[in-house]
Amino acid sequence: MSAIYTAEHISKTFGHGKSQVQAVKDVSFALEEGQITTIVGESGSGKSTIARMVLGLMPITSGKLVYQGNDVTNLKGRARTEYWRDVQAVFQDPFSSFNQFFTVGALLSRSMRLVGRKVGQERLEESLGYVGMDLSVLDRYPHQLSGGQRQRVMIARALMMRPKLLVADEATSMLDASLRVNILNVLTDLRNELGMTILFITHDIGQACYLADRVLVMEHGLMVEQGPTDKVIFNPEHEYTRRLLADVPKLHAALELDDLHEIVEPS
Amino acid sequence: MGTLVDARNIRGVYYTAGKDVVAVNDVSVKIEEGEVLGLAGESGSGKTTLGSIIALIARPPLHVEKGTLEIDGKVQELGGDAKVPRTWRGAVVSMLPQGAMNSVSPTKRIRHLVYDVMRSHDSKVSKDEALDRARERITTLGLPARVLDAYPHQLSGGMKQRTVTIISTLLNPRLLVADEPTSALDVTSQKILIEMLLEMLDKKIISGVIFVTHDLPVLRTVATNIAVMYQGKIVERGPSELMVDSPQHPYTQALMSSVLAPEPKYSKIRIEGMSSFDRSLFDAPAVIHR
Repeated sequence: MSAIYTAEHISKTFGHGKSQVQAVKDVSFALEEGQITTIVGESGSGKSTIARMVLGLMPITSGKLVYQGNDVTNLKGRARTEYWRDVQAVFQDPFSSFNQFFTVGALLSRSMRLVGRKVGQERLEESLGYVGMDLSVLDRYPHQLSGGQRQRVMIARALMMRPKLLVADEATSMLDASLRVNILNVLTDLRNELGMTILFITHDIGQACYLADRVLVMEHGLMVEQGPTDKVIFNPEHEYTRRLLADVPKLHAALELDDLHEIVEPS
Repeated sequence: MGTLVDARNIRGVYYTAGKDVVAVNDVSVKIEEGEVLGLAGESGSGKTTLGSIIALIARPPLHVEKGTLEIDGKVQELGGDAKVPRTWRGAVVSMLPQGAMNSVSPTKRIRHLVYDVMRSHDSKVSKDEALDRARERITTLGLPARVLDAYPHQLSGGMKQRTVTIISTLLNPRLLVADEPTSALDVTSQKILIEMLLEMLDKKIISGVIFVTHDLPVLRTVATNIAVMYQGKIVERGPSELMVDSPQHPYTQALMSSVLAPEPKYSKIRIEGMSSFDRSLFDAPAVIHR
């Protein structure tokens, strides 16, 4: 196993002066090739900011990002386009990531142009196969698809480039629980069959537990714990991870409710 | 404990261009005094529609074709052109719609909303009276009184949601219909909100809750009984524990089996999603547990 991607002491600061917010503070991690790594954390913990920095969609304040031995911290122009051939993304909202006037076929043919028409046609069929859809979907408009189908089309679009690293930022959060499992299974298959490296970002520890090989836990911009799933989720060391786990409602056991007034809310 | 709400034979239809969509098809529900009824199901199953009909806020394109609502022995016809007395909304049944915390006016302080809500039901109420009542309620439920003077953006998501929940129950309604109140919150805020709802029931501020959500683990925590909806009908209903541990209807079974929890077994097994189930199985007769 070797790391395909490393982040060394990365930080991100928004704003200036008094209104300055440090969204990510000195975070380091490595993504092992062929593994699914999950970042979990509450809203505002900085997990999505990390995803955007890894994708090169946002300049980073300090630190270094290395992909396959090359420094990709400040890519521009053609080099960045090349980088995006290897690193693709699936985002949270499958309802706003489509142009509603385009059929799925028109949408995917844009990716096809990037790889050449002949190769593109093959990849198109292949990608749709991976996400369990057939070619009839190409004539459909987005409003004719369910949320789960849309998200699978978005994964297929990312797969057209045969990326080595797939970043999924809350890709399943807007879907029903019943559809969610299907998408997670697609991601697991991609790892098992293509050896794809996946960075999956979620606030749901249940999903992290089901999917991940490694888990990173974020709290207020700091990475408080990282390690193999079994260790972090079933034997957490950090206080914050323990609290997060205790607050997750369980399906088969009643949640322990403390006295309301003992809870101190940061204002 | 007596029956608080008895809704019978509700049929709700969306009249849209081209076709009519039956969202709620002849559904009856009963809620006991002090009960939290969880309404679960996938998107499009009709759970929000049923909630808003019971909360008396059905508006075109949604039309209630038939149904009656009985609260505390008073019967209200819902179907057709039946007029619902204004005093029922908010004071007898109150609705906390989905995303309520994001619909608070960003340019007004919270106390403005409080006064607005109180005045629309009692035109003679003075500002001080309204605020005193809200302040008392807020402090009883463990929130700082300063939220009244805050602007929405100064409150965290969890606090905002608790504040709008309190405001929606200022008039001591008998029943609160809460639509996905916890879905946009992180787990810690979810837990605090649930505790507050249970405390409101305990203190008899409200007497019953319909809790609409697709999040089954949350329902297991908060609900006395769970009703599962599928395609406009309740397919199974029973005590929460029973529904979670030994569901009988194929659809409920499929729904329960697709929940992922951070428990050791889930990192080892592969769960098949609902698409691998035969949808025709879901037409099985409804199961109502006693």
